[in-house]
Amino acid sequence: MEETRIKKNPADFSLEPNMASYETTYNSFLWESVAKEFEGLPSGGLNIAHEAIDRHANGPLADKTALVWLGEKGEKRTFTFAEMKKESARFANVLKTLGFEKGERVYTLSGRLPELYIGAMGILKNGSVMCPLFSQFGPEPILQRMQRGDARGLLTTQRLYEKKIAPQMDKLPELRTVLLIDAEEDLNENVLSLPRLMEKASDSFEIVPTEAEDMSLLHFTSGTTGMPKGVIHVHKAMYTHWATGKYVLDLHPDDVYWCTADPGWVTGTSYGIIAPWLHGVTNIVNEAEFDAERWYAVLQDYRVSVWYTAPTAIRRLMRLDIDPLESYDLSALRLVQSVGEPLNPEAVVWGVEKLKMPIHDNWWQTETGGIMIANYLSEDVKPGSMGRPLPGIVAAVVRQNEDGTVTEITEAGKDGDLALRPGWPSMFRGYLHNDEKYKKSFVDGWYISGDLAYKDTDGYFWFVGRADDIIKTSGHMVGPFEVESALMEHPAVAEVGVIGKPDPLIGQIVKAFVSLKSGYEASEKLKRELIGFGRKKLGAAVAPKEIEFQEDLPKTRSGKIMRRLLKARELGLPEGDTSTLEK
Amino acid sequence: MTNEEIKAKIIGQIYEIAPEHEGEKIPEDENIQRSLEIDSFDFLNLLTALNDELGVEVPEADYSEVDTLEHMTDYFAKHMS
Repeated sequence: MEETRIKKNPADFSLEPNMASYETTYNSFLWESVAKEFEGLPSGGLNIAHEAIDRHANGPLADKTALVWLGEKGEKRTFTFAEMKKESARFANVLKTLGFEKGERVYTLSGRLPELYIGAMGILKNGSVMCPLFSQFGPEPILQRMQRGDARGLLTTQRLYEKKIAPQMDKLPELRTVLLIDAEEDLNENVLSLPRLMEKASDSFEIVPTEAEDMSLLHFTSGTTGMPKGVIHVHKAMYTHWATGKYVLDLHPDDVYWCTADPGWVTGTSYGIIAPWLHGVTNIVNEAEFDAERWYAVLQDYRVSVWYTAPTAIRRLMRLDIDPLESYDLSALRLVQSVGEPLNPEAVVWGVEKLKMPIHDNWWQTETGGIMIANYLSEDVKPGSMGRPLPGIVAAVVRQNEDGTVTEITEAGKDGDLALRPGWPSMFRGYLHNDEKYKKSFVDGWYISGDLAYKDTDGYFWFVGRADDIIKTSGHMVGPFEVESALMEHPAVAEVGVIGKPDPLIGQIVKAFVSLKSGYEASEKLKRELIGFGRKKLGAAVAPKEIEFQEDLPKTRSGKIMRRLLKARELGLPEGDTSTLEK
Repeated sequence: MTNEEIKAKIIGQIYEIAPEHEGEKIPEDENIQRSLEIDSFDFLNLLTALNDELGVEVPEADYSEVDTLEHMTDYFAKHMS
């Protein structure tokens, strides 16, 4: 077991951490006490947009910068809380005028543009549900998610609309309105220019009364055996966003905060939009994709103090042959957190050497809505460990017994299912239209995360692997079934098995094993054709990067492809139990 | 090697990594990653393949100089001579 420990010394902190002692806070914390941090709607309900924006706009923070947007071509736009209140009110009025009702799903498909952030708040103000899509998805994942989530509206750009939506509008009969961020004129009666509508809309809006348990966001997450599932979150989830903003991100009023995640994924909404604003903190949004020098320049020029990023980005920074503290003034930076996939110990230690602070890893999922297990600013870091449970969260390593009961594994270092006691505020409230699957996530009083872990003698948790076939690539979850289904549509393909192949930079790459129908021959040309076919349908973020032809794929006697065996063979590992293998 | 030849090599490698664009005209002055929707992993693979083919390694610090087809061509031309 890893015994390295990065000690923390209170004298090193430029600001007193919000959590001075983990044990004290953990033992005294109550979720009910978070309620007093919120104002509530005049009607008595609870709405994320009110607490994130309007509350500050109505008070002393009105003129404080809420959003600093940095465009790909060097543009910059800033919005104060008062301006965000007005802009999001305009957006909500646009939705209201178009007849959008409480609970209806409005999707977003856009790069990181200011309108995406304004739209997020406007959607919530209207009582509608924000459903984010990743802009690098291909047409197929977009269609699947829009159909499954009953999309009524979509906020997107002209280019993305034309490329990914227009060709399949006929498959989305319930989609009433598309709002184009960058179109000056309406395309037709359903595809409208957002700027034109915003111009006419009033900048004052009375937030539609929502209750704590009303749906706020719907994020899709990948399944291992089926298509993606819509994960339901409610307005009350912000209790967790607030608590983690305080204890994990250690947000203080004068912080400048930058979360590099895209709002197409849950980190980009929970922590790229909601958490910083609940704390009235200035939020940096960078439109451009990773560029090491540019990222350091953003940290320096905007004096970012709290930075939430991902292992892939840190590993890329590690490739840069410079000493960041000599080349850049990073004196404002006081905390770096990372999420997406387990951060390798070398990366944590690199932070100590090059940034003079460790990178703090943490763990959570779309289903948990917010950070659940973390390394904290005031606490020692064990490189490679995800840390300890958030105050208010009970986490354990458990064993599922055959009789449907669950036994907690108390022995240190022993692997099992990473499980949480249900009931935290940002816990998902359902998989949309799939109650059965939701119920299956809870066993004998525990939420079973699907990740495997162990706990050490100090109560730190360590990630071991996934209990299922879900692939984690560049911090994103990819469901093998979705990839297999897309490739099966190619006329040459007889069978497909998709696995995650370990990669030092992005965690895993998506690899497909393909057997061909008779009459087709394996060739480099066909391989390229299949790669292109997958990318066109699924987009680069989901499509396989590697394809290997095999005459027969290993199957169970019932005909199910054994991905586990494909993976073991790929990695040269023992094949394990092959008793169900078709001979 | 002329700039046109270098450009042809780059385009050839783009088609290898993102075969869905095979035969398409690659825009000269648009961000390659964004306009072709290739992710950063693809982009790294593209640069690795070009290093093998042209013998020029693009260090991470220079990535901003190879963002478009035009810039990438100029970069390789400059470093090959």
